[in-house]
Amino acid sequence: MFVLRLVLKNALRHKLRTTLTILGMAIAITAFGFLRTVVTAWSAGVEATADNRMIVRHSVSFIFPLPISYREQIARLPGVDAVSYASWFQGNYKDPGDWKNFFPRIAVDPDTYLSLYPEFLLPPEQFDQFKRERNACIVGAKIAREQGFKIGDVIPIEGDIYPGRWEFVVRGIYRGKDAKTDETQMFFQFAYLDERLRQEAPMRAGQVGWYILRVDKASDMPRIAQAIDNMYLNSRAGTKTETEREFTQSFVSLSSAILNALKATSYVIIAVILIVLANTIIMAARERTREYSVLKTIGFSQIHIVGLIGGEALLIAGIGCALGLALTFPATAGLANAFPTFFPVVNVEPVTIALAVSVAFLAAVVAATFPSVRALRTRIAEGLRSIG
Amino acid sequence: MKIPINYTWRSLWTRRLTTILTLGGVALVVFAFAAVLMLANGLREALVETGSDNNAIVIRKGANSELSSQISRDQANIIRTHSEVVRLPDGKPFSSGELYVIINLKKKTTNDMGNISVRGISTEGIQMRPAVKVTEGRMFTFGSNEIVVGENIAARFQGCEIGQVLRFGDASWTIVGHFDAGGSAFDSEVWADVEQVMPAFGRPVFSAMTVRLTSASDFEAFKARVEQDPRTSALEVKRERQYYLEQSELMATLIRVLGMAVTAIFSIGAVFGAVITMYAAVANRTVEIGTMRALGFRRRSVLAAFLVESILLSLLGGVFGVLLASAMSFISISTTNFGSFSEIAFRFALSPSIVITSLLFAMIMGIIGGFAPAVRASRLNILASLRSA
Repeated sequence: MFVLRLVLKNALRHKLRTTLTILGMAIAITAFGFLRTVVTAWSAGVEATADNRMIVRHSVSFIFPLPISYREQIARLPGVDAVSYASWFQGNYKDPGDWKNFFPRIAVDPDTYLSLYPEFLLPPEQFDQFKRERNACIVGAKIAREQGFKIGDVIPIEGDIYPGRWEFVVRGIYRGKDAKTDETQMFFQFAYLDERLRQEAPMRAGQVGWYILRVDKASDMPRIAQAIDNMYLNSRAGTKTETEREFTQSFVSLSSAILNALKATSYVIIAVILIVLANTIIMAARERTREYSVLKTIGFSQIHIVGLIGGEALLIAGIGCALGLALTFPATAGLANAFPTFFPVVNVEPVTIALAVSVAFLAAVVAATFPSVRALRTRIAEGLRSIG
Repeated sequence: MKIPINYTWRSLWTRRLTTILTLGGVALVVFAFAAVLMLANGLREALVETGSDNNAIVIRKGANSELSSQISRDQANIIRTHSEVVRLPDGKPFSSGELYVIINLKKKTTNDMGNISVRGISTEGIQMRPAVKVTEGRMFTFGSNEIVVGENIAARFQGCEIGQVLRFGDASWTIVGHFDAGGSAFDSEVWADVEQVMPAFGRPVFSAMTVRLTSASDFEAFKARVEQDPRTSALEVKRERQYYLEQSELMATLIRVLGMAVTAIFSIGAVFGAVITMYAAVANRTVEIGTMRALGFRRRSVLAAFLVESILLSLLGGVFGVLLASAMSFISISTTNFGSFSEIAFRFALSPSIVITSLLFAMIMGIIGGFAPAVRASRLNILASLRSA
């Protein structure tokens, strides 16, 4: 108990220094939490995948379409419960140079698509409206908020993959089932796209970007993937069938170099945390060399000395860490606002918090080690002679 | 009278451990700062290298990249006959209609998939890019299903050795060579005969056309002519360099915004470190300061001495940071460029302006960190400080 009080008093001796160290720690922890959150936000899509869905795409690359005739053939396979399809439309909304105007625009088959993705919650009357009008579309709640889309609004899109000017009427705003669901997408009727292609570019009609399947049993997935890919092995459009998780992961790993750079930076931050803390603790211990000798003289054991130094390190690290974690939340919220569609889902994961706490704890231990060893090694007479 | 610089050096040396720790903190921050700038600069450099000022690229209006662009053969034939386009000795216009598609290959290290651009190119197209040199094997033969692979792809992706066969489109393609494009985006491409690639992918149209202009100043005239001609008014003309620069925009912005957010937070931490160190330096040397004042040194000399000490400390840290960062220039990374949705390799590229910016950044941290402690040192009361031991 006495040592605890002494630790507190010691920490308060240089109020400015302690405050600055705590702030320094807090900021470094914030940076650490921020970077880790960016990394998890980057792969948030992978976490949102369902384990009973699979994706079928063109074997050469995602950019090549598959014939719509595959739908019936795939649906007949044993173990396949439901099939839907979609096409990546892209296009430019307003100034494409401003990334705030980017959000995914996807042509889907309304009935089958939404039944395969139960995480997109759409009021039944809006769903009816969406199906009734050819050029109707639905948008996620987040992008609706971001761009100010309301029901009845017309969204004009300048096509790029599918040239021409396209107009979509907002007939519904979907919400996500939970925080993991992406609320930044826009879906419109595949039939609208296909009918127009039939008139303007008949060669491109009757083709879809990818198929989505729901399977009865997750354990059947490898067999189904094999069966589908074998079926189209020698056709013009070969397929690559994978679980939704693998499919999404492959998009995340496109930027793996960037993710690795971010992770590397977060290690640099750990070094900075250590340096800031170690500097203060070493400085304090140096100034108190004489005191430690006095304490030893009047009978305090070595454990007490280590406790004094280590306790102060832990105290500062603990407060700094708590403050830093508290700041992480507004910092990541800022990121979510700055890149609303690039990072559709930004959450500070529990694992990030656990990681930050252990980093702070480790830093405290390491920072206290060197001055503790020095304080223990210093002979009493030598210590008493020292002039800090 | 000024306090000799020697005093500053010695006092830094006396508290070696603290000095090294503070210096290390600043060095790390400057390192991160410089590395971010180098990365954004490297990406830009790679893409700017790809374009040439004398070349113009024609894509469809609204298409942000070659990937989503289409140009019919008729349109291409109209454009290439314009008078601004250079004529080759054999009378043919110096132009290249090209097809640009993406295929997936697996990375050697992780088995992850990457988006590789395949460029169907013409004889003129190869002539137009003199920086591209075959380093191993030979160039593909026109009229055959042969391909050459950029060195970045060959080094990082599976199945790209000479003699191996890739399957894409309706055909199999034999790799006959590797090429080096001097660090430009072409290093991350696969090249083949455009007349073979188009039927293989069932595409009757080009993605884009590149033409060599008689002079860079003819660009505006050429652009106006193409975009005003009703037959080609659906197309858009860009300087090749500008086009590739735009391809880097999104990615470079992301690197810069993320990087700067982090280094800004970092630098606050480092400034705190400097403040702590300098306050401790002042506290430890109270008697010394009193002595110096008693000897006749002015307040402003004391202020200057401590400020110089702090600046020196951070500048040294800055130099170490920049040295550390310059070691990164040997590293290149390869990732998907969001602008073009395809793989691109670029290195951490150091430039004189990055060195200067980083050192200035270090100095500013030193000034901010050292100012308050230096003021305190200069305000110490002579008598009280002499007695404080």
